[in-house]
Amino acid sequence: MALPLILIIVLLVGYPALFSIHMATLNKSMERFVGFENFTFLFSRETFWMVVRQSVVFAVTAVVFKALIGFCVAHFVHNIPAKGQRKWRGMLLVPWVIPPAMSTLAWLWLFDPSYSAFNWILEGVGIAPVNWLGDPNWARFAVILVNVWFGAPFFMIMYLAALKSVPEQLYEAAAIDGANWWQKLWYVTLPMMRNIIAITVLFSLIVTFANFDIVRVLTAGGPVDQTHVFATWAFKLGIESSDLPLGAAVSLFMFPILAIAAIFILRDINQRGNEA
Amino acid sequence: MATRKFNRRRFLKATAAASTTAVFAPYISTSHAAGKLEVGFWDHWVPGGNDVLTKMCNEWAAKEKVEIKIDYIPSQGNKNLLTIAAESQAKSGHDMLAFPTWWPADKAKELEPVDDVMKDLISANGTVSPLMEYLGKHGGNWVAIPATPGSQIKGPCGRIDLFKQHAGIDIQKMYPAGAPPDKALSDSWTWDTFLVAAEKCHKAGSPFGIGLGGTTDSVDSMGALFGSYGAELVDAKGNITVNSDAVKQVLEYMKKLVPFLPPDVFAWDDASNNKWLVSGKGALIMNPPSAWAVAKRDAVKVAEQLWTFPTPRGPKGRYQPYLPFFWGIWKFSKNKSAAKSLMRHISTRSAVEKMVAASQGYDIPAFSKLNDFKTWAEEGPPKGTLYNYPPKPGQILSISAFPAPPKIAAQIYTQAITTKMVAKCTQGGESIDKAIAWAASELQGFMRS
Repeated sequence: MALPLILIIVLLVGYPALFSIHMATLNKSMERFVGFENFTFLFSRETFWMVVRQSVVFAVTAVVFKALIGFCVAHFVHNIPAKGQRKWRGMLLVPWVIPPAMSTLAWLWLFDPSYSAFNWILEGVGIAPVNWLGDPNWARFAVILVNVWFGAPFFMIMYLAALKSVPEQLYEAAAIDGANWWQKLWYVTLPMMRNIIAITVLFSLIVTFANFDIVRVLTAGGPVDQTHVFATWAFKLGIESSDLPLGAAVSLFMFPILAIAAIFILRDINQRGNEA
Repeated sequence: MATRKFNRRRFLKATAAASTTAVFAPYISTSHAAGKLEVGFWDHWVPGGNDVLTKMCNEWAAKEKVEIKIDYIPSQGNKNLLTIAAESQAKSGHDMLAFPTWWPADKAKELEPVDDVMKDLISANGTVSPLMEYLGKHGGNWVAIPATPGSQIKGPCGRIDLFKQHAGIDIQKMYPAGAPPDKALSDSWTWDTFLVAAEKCHKAGSPFGIGLGGTTDSVDSMGALFGSYGAELVDAKGNITVNSDAVKQVLEYMKKLVPFLPPDVFAWDDASNNKWLVSGKGALIMNPPSAWAVAKRDAVKVAEQLWTFPTPRGPKGRYQPYLPFFWGIWKFSKNKSAAKSLMRHISTRSAVEKMVAASQGYDIPAFSKLNDFKTWAEEGPPKGTLYNYPPKPGQILSISAFPAPPKIAAQIYTQAITTKMVAKCTQGGESIDKAIAWAASELQGFMRS
């Protein structure tokens, strides 16, 4: 019975993972085994540590905002009558169902270095144009903003499902006890949603850390590498600079970071499951 | 098309005599004997650019009884690079493939030597520049031949009217169509003149659009500037030479030029400069005539004022940024002889002339006898706008990061070290010495083998 699963794991997980590890231990021309040389080389590069910092800032900031916006919007949707909820859910999910490479192109036009629609509006109200993608800080803001725009609906729909699963009796009991809005949120809603929040954050963290398309389309890592994340830098090194082993090493560096985050989050969920 | 398995030994025996006596001898003439050939060409952006090539390939295939399969692979999203990387790993795929500028060097060991083809082509079409040897010849062998489609020069394309009005330069008089350049005027077309003109056009509200991002147009523009000042980041032997007076001189120059460029040039990609010129905002960009071709379609009034001419001269000469494509044959190909025959067929003067015409003059052949086609003289409006686009005597075809060993140069190029140095000491506010120190550290990292 387990054979199909074993085959799936071996072919779709084991082989690619081992091949990546193998590739990361080869020299640039892939002719010689060099052990951890690619990793030690990366550790000595200023750009690598800049990419590490940027990836962390990008993923953490984006996930925090996606979670906050998703949480708020889920409440807004939850609080409207059930009859009209479907159309709102559908509309709010639109950013998430459009392929990100396509929607990011539209954002690129909005942020276009020379013909930004945002700048056109700003200039219309007498505000100086912003160098959205040419200034490192604004460029970071832009890639995070687009990621939040794309990812927040996922949080919204997950949180909405969690909210619907909270028994109404708990709120009624809290109301009888005299709990106000904040106390209901803090003592009823959040504890009941903790697991779904943790899982959603974990999944989103993994996906956001590995993000490629938004950064690639919007800034291609620029200006001066200051918006690169692991995936775009790995592509730059591995494919564009034809250094596949180094690109593989950069990609693999995401693994321990995400593994540690996954261990902590899943352990927390597991503990609460046992307590329950 | 019906085929049978191609027997290379039998074919060689049967055609040996013919192939030694004729440069472009037919590949094979027996029915159903020549097997299958899979080719991956670069997907030309000019509408109709692929059709001419397809027609020529099909004619060749019909004549030589080869079953040919052609894929046009776009460079958009680096699909061509991904294809090369995948086929190189898999040791399977197309027999013959288009390789962008740096890739013959990178895949040299996996490519079939084509010295015999190159010898014939040089004999028929004239010599190639040292730059082509630098990019296409490795370990003493040609590993790929210059491909016409996609090969381009990225010299200035300027506005005739704005140059006259604001900079006081008559670019048509300086580089006329159908006649040699005006000696006095072209001699005075230096990077210093360029700077003065940039300042005047900026003041008049029509800045030059020189990108300083990480894509090829930006890197190539800087390559021409660095080259014309003799500013090498790494020398031909692989020594890091970035900390030189010439490099400092270029960075000083760029500190003066950047304030006259649009403030967002650090985020520009290869489309930004085209848009800048076509919109009518800019007085000059450095690009092949794609911007002019788009303007001809979408903004005729702008197109009528565009003129392509050579780059300014620096202390070391007039460096023209050239970005060539190559065609190579994988060693794993099962039909190398057919691939070589096709290479010869689509590199004849008449074939190249058709390709240049189909590309509206965009493609620049690498061979010295193939730079005189009427397309460049006749294209317009204005008539002769491309006359000075192909290389002329006295110009040096160059590429950014030359003369570093190609594998190091490719990384300098793709990681846009030159534009990043400029960005650091202009937009980033760092000192020139700090930008050079950063570059030296990056270059050290490129020395890995």
